[in-house]
Amino acid sequence: MEAAAASAAAQRAVPVIGAARRRWGETAIRGLLFVAAMISVLTTTGIVVSLLRETIVFFKSVGLFEYLFGTVWTPTFEPASFGVLPLLVGTFLICGIAMLVAVPLGLAAAIYLSEYARPPVRKTVKPVLELLAGVPTIVFGYFALTYFTPNILKDILGLHIDVFNALAAGIIMGFMIVPTVASISEDAMSAVPQSLREGAFGLGASKLHVSLRIVFPAALSGIVASIVLGVSRAVGETMIVLVAAGQVASLSANPNLPHYTITSFIGAQAKGDIPTGSVEYKTIFALGMTLFLITLVMNLISIRFVRKYRQVYE
Amino acid sequence: MAEQVTEPRQDSKAEPEAPLRRPIAARRHMGDAVPERAEYVFELDGVTASYHGKAAVRDISLRIARNDITALIGPSGCGKSTLIRCLNRMNDLIPGASVEGKVLYHGQDLYADGVDAVEVRKLIGMVFQKPNPFPKSIYDNIAFGPRVLGMKDDLEDRVEQALRHAALWDEVKDRLKTNAFTMSGGQQQRLCIARCLAVNPDAILMDEPCSALDPISTGKIEDLMLELKKEYSIVIVTHNMQQAGRVSDRTAFLMVELDAQEKHRTGRLVEFDETEKIFTNPTDQRTEEYVTGKVG
Amino acid sequence: MSASWTARAKDLGFRALLLGCVGLCVLLLGLLLVDIVRDGAGQLSFDFLNSFASTNAGQAGVEAALTGTLWLMGICAVFIVPVGVASAIYLEEYADSTKWWNRLIEVNIQNLAAVPSIVYGILGLAFLVRGPLSLGNVVLAGGLTLGLLVLPVVIIAGREAIRAVPPSIREGSLALGATKWQTIWKQVLPASIPGIATGVILALSRAIGETAPLIVVGAATFIAFNPEGLDSQFTALPIQIFDWISRPSNDVNNYKPLAAGGILVLMILLMAMNAVAIWLRNRYERKW
Repeated sequence: MEAAAASAAAQRAVPVIGAARRRWGETAIRGLLFVAAMISVLTTTGIVVSLLRETIVFFKSVGLFEYLFGTVWTPTFEPASFGVLPLLVGTFLICGIAMLVAVPLGLAAAIYLSEYARPPVRKTVKPVLELLAGVPTIVFGYFALTYFTPNILKDILGLHIDVFNALAAGIIMGFMIVPTVASISEDAMSAVPQSLREGAFGLGASKLHVSLRIVFPAALSGIVASIVLGVSRAVGETMIVLVAAGQVASLSANPNLPHYTITSFIGAQAKGDIPTGSVEYKTIFALGMTLFLITLVMNLISIRFVRKYRQVYE
Repeated sequence: MAEQVTEPRQDSKAEPEAPLRRPIAARRHMGDAVPERAEYVFELDGVTASYHGKAAVRDISLRIARNDITALIGPSGCGKSTLIRCLNRMNDLIPGASVEGKVLYHGQDLYADGVDAVEVRKLIGMVFQKPNPFPKSIYDNIAFGPRVLGMKDDLEDRVEQALRHAALWDEVKDRLKTNAFTMSGGQQQRLCIARCLAVNPDAILMDEPCSALDPISTGKIEDLMLELKKEYSIVIVTHNMQQAGRVSDRTAFLMVELDAQEKHRTGRLVEFDETEKIFTNPTDQRTEEYVTGKVG
Repeated sequence: MSASWTARAKDLGFRALLLGCVGLCVLLLGLLLVDIVRDGAGQLSFDFLNSFASTNAGQAGVEAALTGTLWLMGICAVFIVPVGVASAIYLEEYADSTKWWNRLIEVNIQNLAAVPSIVYGILGLAFLVRGPLSLGNVVLAGGLTLGLLVLPVVIIAGREAIRAVPPSIREGSLALGATKWQTIWKQVLPASIPGIATGVILALSRAIGETAPLIVVGAATFIAFNPEGLDSQFTALPIQIFDWISRPSNDVNNYKPLAAGGILVLMILLMAMNAVAIWLRNRYERKW
């Protein structure tokens, strides 16, 4: 029976490998997918090209020196003055206030989540941070203007403060940035190997000691990355400032007064009906370029730090 | 025609009275020592498979007969999986992998310039070590192959036939639409075999198909293999020597050697012969040491 | 002995400090939500949703803004889903990461995710509203600008979802003689859909609250009609809210409650989207 089955099988036709055909469909699909992926490159190129083009035109009539070091920003007045320093002062004043809030609170939240919190607490704290991260910035602006300034700053703290002021915008912006600092720092701290902690605990160290002296330094590059990213977000944020910090370009670093930032000036200026090529139009692009460069540098620094902490432990 | 060995094999001990200690000479065509067969599915000639230039197996030459079950055995790292994956060009998927030498499939060079790996895999199926059913229903798992290969006629029949062939039909015929992950490990592996059969392959490669399964499932699959070889040619990689002894007609024994030129481990073919001979009376001392358990 | 007492005190004090900081964040969030609900809850009514903006605060509503937002989300989704998924497939399945152009794409996506949103508005102004495409201040330009802004979110989520599909599934498919694209289209993509859908909803959640890019792209603030086509002028919820906040209120017309009402509508939309995302994740996410 074996022999019969075997010879029957032997009489079966010899299979031939199908002819190879150029699979045009596969190549075309791969091409399409590549084009889609290139859209991100095109976007960056578009941003750089559009900003650069108008900025170059801008700097034909406005000197670079006047722009960078001038102290008066009145582009729409006669005579116009294009010193960007007041806007930079406003930007970094509010950014500084924001980071004074975001860094301690964000790091505290990160240390708490990473080192102290038990699962049920984690389950409530993490969603709160995610909620905070999901609130649209215009809502933060509304809150800063209509509640925080009148009720907290004026009534409870008794500050002599304008309706529009940098302090409220800065503080609320700080809360907005807490989730950014907290989540990246927490990632970095969680990546620290448990063995490092256990070694210290085994020697009798307290949790405080372990968190601050062992985990914190070990996660430092990630923590720095989170702070740099936070600063980048603060610099790039528009609506909180536009709503709550008023529209005055001033060199004074007094947080009780209104201040324009780079972003809020663009927002206030760009009303959609600006003639192409006008002074207002070019100003928007020059400011946009300045903003883009500042945040680009910070993002690159932050990425470098993230890579450093990933390399060490992964 | 050589006898088909189907009874379970005992672990054989080499007779001390008739030691066979031939010098270990590298032989070009191991297949030559084996009695001729009517037809060969695969003919390997000097096959060397490398990853990023480092050879995982070197200079393998053997001939795999049609409707045989051919086993590849050997210790870990001897390149059995690499070798079997060369037979259906699955190694192409690994970046840095390259193959030298000739792999003939029914006389056709698998690695010739004009050959499409996709077409090759339509004829040579593969079952993997860990059962990998698709996250779909049992029916859709089996139907996937015929659907993508354009065999859309009588789909229900094909599915039923494949499941019957794999001895799975009776167990699942009432729940074809349930998710494949609800099956046990042994059933999932038989599903993978059925999936393979549904596209009418000519040869089936099995890379340690039972190593993740319990003994009862293993037994069922071994019985299945013996049934399947009537229609298909089967090559199986196995860690389990008893299994090789139970099911295979011919066995190839590979071993790891320190590659003299490049100072890394490479697999080489030590002996390839009728299974009975490999296990009772091997030619090479290393084979004997391995099959008797002296060397792992 | 005293050393361990001070150590314990310090430990507890530190823990209290951390908890206090976390509590501060919770407090602020709570204050914010309570304030908004208090200011705006009275505003929510069928009339509010069905009226257009008006200088008469008693009659003003969010209809134009709400439909504008929905139109924008629709256009945004139609853009980001194919482009985002296609990019994710390319980067995960086809791109050789040693080639410089593929690394350029990856670096770009990382950078774009951190560009300020107002810069996207400027990009939209230069290329979509004016410049090469010259679409004008229309809803299509607004939707595409938002799409470019949130595209990295979809790409990153899509890549993760595709990466999570085990290689054994791909091997099983290819071993049967399926082509690469057949494997992707019929096995990998269907298995990644829950993750991709969650990513799309996340992206839209971000887009829905964006104001700055829409200001620069020229969303109108006073519009009394719903968008009629892709080339319609438009407004959106965040823009309307901004307009109401910016208007000085007087005894006759108080715009503050309108702004709060608009914010509530926006937040309700956001909560609904997030609820869908969470439901999707819990129901369909596969643990491989």
